[in-house]
Amino acid sequence: MQPGFQAINRALSTLNQRQPMPTVEFTPNLARQTTTRSCRVEGATVADALRAVFEELPALRGYVLDDQGAVRTHVVIFVDAVAVCDRKNLSDPLRPDSEVFVMQALSGG
Amino acid sequence: MSGRLFLGTRKALIEVERASKGWRIKRASFSGVQVPMLLPDARDGTLYAAVEHGHYGAKFHASRDGGSTWEERVSPAYPPKPADAPDIICSMRQKPVPWSLEKIWSLEAGGKDQPGTLWCGTIPGGLFKSSDAGASWSLVESLWNEPSRAKWFGGGYDWPGIHSIVVDPRDPHRILVAISCGGVWETLDAGASWSCHGKGIVNDYMPPELAEDPVVQDPHRIAICAAAPDTIWMQHHNGIFRSTDGGRAWTRFMNANPSHFGFAVAVHPCDPRTAWFVPGIKDEQRLPSGRALCVMRTRDGGETFEPCRKGLPQEHAYHLVYRHCLDVTGDGRTLAFGSTTGSVWISEDGGDSWGRLSAELPPIYCVRFE
Repeated sequence: MQPGFQAINRALSTLNQRQPMPTVEFTPNLARQTTTRSCRVEGATVADALRAVFEELPALRGYVLDDQGAVRTHVVIFVDAVAVCDRKNLSDPLRPDSEVFVMQALSGG
Repeated sequence: MSGRLFLGTRKALIEVERASKGWRIKRASFSGVQVPMLLPDARDGTLYAAVEHGHYGAKFHASRDGGSTWEERVSPAYPPKPADAPDIICSMRQKPVPWSLEKIWSLEAGGKDQPGTLWCGTIPGGLFKSSDAGASWSLVESLWNEPSRAKWFGGGYDWPGIHSIVVDPRDPHRILVAISCGGVWETLDAGASWSCHGKGIVNDYMPPELAEDPVVQDPHRIAICAAAPDTIWMQHHNGIFRSTDGGRAWTRFMNANPSHFGFAVAVHPCDPRTAWFVPGIKDEQRLPSGRALCVMRTRDGGETFEPCRKGLPQEHAYHLVYRHCLDVTGDGRTLAFGSTTGSVWISEDGGDSWGRLSAELPPIYCVRFE
């Protein structure tokens, strides 16, 4: 784990005792290919939350988003168990206690 | 004789070595993942691999220890599409060509005196350059913004793709790229400017008034003779062509035996008159002629072509050999090719006879000797 991220999460954890924050989680399938971890980040939209994650894990970005910043064709993102609508700009809103889950879409073989 | 061979496949990167008792599979990397392209870099021994995840896109990895351990490097990425950049509509799809990496389809080293310089051809048609061994990439915008890119179109894949990159061994600033479908392009200034050549190439399936347009040609693969770099052989959708003036003018050969359709071509590194192909039935079936597999060879500059069949299956054979799946060593003696049905054959006598390494492999995408 990167030290910077640990420090941020510790600080956020302290803060979270007073203020809930969205959680971002990734499918274990993705963890087979690159570094992922569950984390709590600030953000009013899916784009905000993912941006915060990718600042700490830049190599992860290309596994989730394509060159133009849209969700990859065969990746799907759920917010509180509902698939996001805006796959291009990721503008779907988050509540302070939202749970964001990034997984592979069912496709191919 | 080269002692190592690498296979990019549908399910792994496979290393093959020449042991005392013959060729054998040594190990596999990237289990379960597609490896559409790889490059053993003779300049410093680095082994590069394009790795393609069905869900997570195309990635780029490198190994400094011959494939024992790997590190992920940066994969080429298209820049943000400017708001005022017009969409280019692929004529075969009637959809805009995306500014997004779909496949790393070709990968070549720069000049011998340019360590770390790599050229990467992609689908949907962007050429990328790295000057730092894949730590970063830049799109060659001069080619991407070439107005006639609007005439390129996809064939087997939805979008056009750069499948062949030839760096002139005499001058690394001179580079040829071949595009399916977009013809053969040349730069003399390391990618600052480009020209499309192709006098004599004919695309028979296009409307007659477009058939000789060099920008809509369908070269399946081009390969250069290292010792005579002005000689280039081309396996085109509509035949076999050869240029002896560096790719400007081409001669078509219609005397292939058994077929002038195929994807792969390899050229003898020391003898520009010798080249190998893997023919098939044109073009909807894409099977070996008569279900009998052969490698086709010319040793007289295309005056005659001969099928080499010894050791290859001569009945009930359905092997198709993709464009990057035939390679020859620097001495022109050892060849290898792999098929979509997971067989790999090796010849140590210039193609006269073949031995099967395995029939149990995933579909083969790329075959390269060290």
